[in-house]
Amino acid sequence: MKKSLICVSCPLGCPIEVEIENGEVISVSGNTCKRGDAYARAEITNPVRSLTTSIKVEDGCHPVVPVKSSGPVPKDKMFECMQVINSATVKAPVKIGDVVIKNILGLGVDIVATNCDCGK
Amino acid sequence: MKYDVAVIGAGVVGSLITRELSKYDIKIALLERCNDCAMGATKANSAIVHAGFDAKPGTLKAKLNVRGVELMKKVCKELSVPYKNNGALVVAFSEEEKDSLNHLLERGIENGVPDLRIVEREELVKMEPNIGDTAVAALYAPTSSIVCPYELTIAGVENAVTNGAEFIRNCEVRGIRYENDEFILDTTAGDITAKYVINAAGVHSGEIAQLIGDNSIEIIVRHGDYYLLDKSQGTLASNTIFQCPSKMGKGVLVSPTVDGNLIVGPSATDIDGSDDVSTTAEGLSGIYTAATKSIPAVSLRNAITSFSGNRAHPVTDDFIIGSSAANKKFINAAGIESPGLSSAPAIAEMVDGIMNELTGGLVKKEGFDPVRPEPVRFRHLNTEERAKLIEKNKAYGRIVCRCETITEGEILDAIHAPAGARDVDGVKRRTRAGMGRCQGGFCGSKVVEILARELGVPMNEITKFGGKSKIMYDRTK
Amino acid sequence: MLNYDLVVVGGGPAGMAAALAAKAEGVEKIVILERAETLGGILEQCIHTGFGLHYFGEELSGPEYAGRFIEQVEKTDIDVFTDTMVLNISENNVVTAVNNSEGLMQFQAIAVVLAMGCRERPRGALSIAGSRPAGIMTAGTAQKYVNIDGYMPGKKVVILGSGDIGLIMARRMTLEGAEVKVVCELMPYSGGLTRNIVQCLDDFGIPLRLSCTVVKTHGKERLEGVTIAKVDERLQPIPGTEEYIECDTLLLSVGLIPENELSKDVGVELDRVTSGPVVDEYRETVRPGIFACGNVLQVHDLVDYVTEESQIAGKGAADYIFGKKKGGAFINTKGIDGVRYIVPQRVNIEGEENLKLYFRVGQVYKGAKVVVECDGEILSSRKKVKLAPGEMENVVITPEMLKKMNKNSEIIVRVEE
Repeated sequence: MKKSLICVSCPLGCPIEVEIENGEVISVSGNTCKRGDAYARAEITNPVRSLTTSIKVEDGCHPVVPVKSSGPVPKDKMFECMQVINSATVKAPVKIGDVVIKNILGLGVDIVATNCDCGK
Repeated sequence: MKYDVAVIGAGVVGSLITRELSKYDIKIALLERCNDCAMGATKANSAIVHAGFDAKPGTLKAKLNVRGVELMKKVCKELSVPYKNNGALVVAFSEEEKDSLNHLLERGIENGVPDLRIVEREELVKMEPNIGDTAVAALYAPTSSIVCPYELTIAGVENAVTNGAEFIRNCEVRGIRYENDEFILDTTAGDITAKYVINAAGVHSGEIAQLIGDNSIEIIVRHGDYYLLDKSQGTLASNTIFQCPSKMGKGVLVSPTVDGNLIVGPSATDIDGSDDVSTTAEGLSGIYTAATKSIPAVSLRNAITSFSGNRAHPVTDDFIIGSSAANKKFINAAGIESPGLSSAPAIAEMVDGIMNELTGGLVKKEGFDPVRPEPVRFRHLNTEERAKLIEKNKAYGRIVCRCETITEGEILDAIHAPAGARDVDGVKRRTRAGMGRCQGGFCGSKVVEILARELGVPMNEITKFGGKSKIMYDRTK
Repeated sequence: MLNYDLVVVGGGPAGMAAALAAKAEGVEKIVILERAETLGGILEQCIHTGFGLHYFGEELSGPEYAGRFIEQVEKTDIDVFTDTMVLNISENNVVTAVNNSEGLMQFQAIAVVLAMGCRERPRGALSIAGSRPAGIMTAGTAQKYVNIDGYMPGKKVVILGSGDIGLIMARRMTLEGAEVKVVCELMPYSGGLTRNIVQCLDDFGIPLRLSCTVVKTHGKERLEGVTIAKVDERLQPIPGTEEYIECDTLLLSVGLIPENELSKDVGVELDRVTSGPVVDEYRETVRPGIFACGNVLQVHDLVDYVTEESQIAGKGAADYIFGKKKGGAFINTKGIDGVRYIVPQRVNIEGEENLKLYFRVGQVYKGAKVVVECDGEILSSRKKVKLAPGEMENVVITPEMLKKMNKNSEIIVRVEE
């Protein structure tokens, strides 16, 4: 079976063809880099996405500070992750790279701040 | 709450009447159903002070228009409202239309309009180099002017409040009783008692009159769409360019505005719902086609917004001003369509006269000040003036609206002025923040923030123009 | 009067990269004037990732990408004024600016870099009929409300325009609990990056309707719904295809316009297609000593290219300040047959380094060739899998190619199907 994908690893958006047999990836073509190959294989077996959102800050100069997942999370866990993040709060000051939630949902991925908030 | 006079409707007519009466030693309330003044026909019209050649001789429209033009300059000066005497041209595109120019000229002379004359194509092209190729001649009316209608209204209300009148917002009149020589108005802001009522309710003036059993006012709501073009287009015409009028009104005009934009419109369709100010695709495309006949260079590429307004067209085709037959202490200032803006100062003068007649003479109050101080307009200042201003108040050093160069200081002034802004559109009309080419894309959120801070409410309580027009919902987190 | 070698107007990615490049060239007195409260420009509200793959080789969020440059600026002696608005630039390069702490300031500059960025096209420019209630805003305004102010601007959303900001906001609003009902795109193709269609729409089952537009807005105070309709080849709504969609929010992502009010005032010539200044390969405008880079010059798809372009402008400004700017014969570049524009518009035929001509195409092409020619001779021809209006392309001009040209030559870039 052949499946057509569009790589989201980078803004190029290469069209990729994946050949699958019995749920296993036989070949990947159309990609122009290694990341494309990895993306295509993951997309068939366990699609993942990096998650970006914001988290509530206490005593910050803004009410929220942006965060991202330190690595990709399974696509179907995105909204569960959002629930955890939306119920959490960090206290200012926050720096870029600060881990605000460790090992979210036990996925082995942290939620880290992507901007700073020096506080009021 | 008890008043001597309650004025219903804070459009340009209600505003200037209230201001006129605020020179007397009486208690006045100006009642407005919306969250701000100038929310009806006043905020969406052509913004022209017509010379007065259009109205039928002998009508109130003709009389008050010509008188209004005489008064307007002084009123604008007292209220520090921009007013520009730019002149008007009614353009004929054929020989038949040229005949109607002569007709208009005669009418104008009969109405007492000064300095009217016909200009032939050669002179017309010199006056308006961008005029369409098919234009053959025009009627030139040098006394025609432009003014900002909502600025005039806001300034009038401010001045009235400064002189002791009360401005009551979100106050819709639902019923009127007459008991013991007094009107009791049932409003959404509670009961209000007044000895005299002035009905300046615009498209709703018929319904308001009905509340006291006066069924004589029949208003047809006439809808008009407009385009506003970027300031880069403001010099395409220097006069206000009309086409020959039809029975639906003065037709589509192209005119510079006092702020340097170009306004194009209106369309004219009669509608049922008096509050529906939706623009229509047909209306917009119609005015565009008509406008390009006058000035072919008009391009929608440079449109910054489109809007529409509803004019109160009286079936009698003339203003209805005077005591109601149902109760002489109830004074109608109704059916005010074009030239309503031009006539507004004269309408105020006329209502002043009626009030004096009814009461046997009102007593002037001491300390009445007809002058509304000029608001700070950072964009009009030179470098030295700007530096001095910021030294006095740092808030004038923070530019909030980048397209129109509006400072935080001006926005604070607008909020804290008498009858100040309570919503985003109110700030926009008072300061021009959000009026420019990005239409509030950048400054909108800053204005919300400042309003929330100054009014002491959370950001999601701030509305675009009152009521349910909230801009944001809950916090995300 | 404050004296500076270089005044940079705008502290977003373009302004910072230009200032840093000039500093690296040895320019001493540099100041960045930024209208927002912090450096970083629009990147501060672009909290999604996808920035920096070319420049840093990693995928960063907007604030992180900006943060790296802010950190570098802070390490230098470049002066920074934030919350500061430039009001005008005089003929002799005096830049007047204001803020609420220093008041009115005047900077005498030798060179000026314009890096004011761009703004979103508002509703008014679209002539959508209907009411004008609350709930209609540009996607970027909504992005600020959600990501900076922490408020939801709506719950049931229709997005008009499939530019990248619109696509990104479709995902963002969905993640925050809103229902994005549809994204309508007037053109038969999306103006956004393909990856964003996949990960912002497809991932969440949000339909993208091509050749479709909003023809009417409904609702008196707050938006209650929109009427959408299909459009024909002339982009006109097709009667009978109207469909009402209930929503409380309409986000517009219908194009970006370089913000060149200052440039116009100072007499900089603008390109009719890009709406940005006409520049030479050093990104100098027709006004000597005034340079432009970033989205004020041309709307970019990737910030990495903004950085690259701004470094060229910063170096160009440094050369100008040191009196080292290369003279020579400048010739015009021209895009035809599907190539809508080219930046830079002018190149020096005595140039000694490779230079890139950036351009965008006017429609989607598959398997077409990008051909560069001059005086009837083909200089290069490269086959591209896909060319799309949403993606900025470039071709390289080598010194060898330039050597064949004379002062009357014109470099032409075209698409060959």
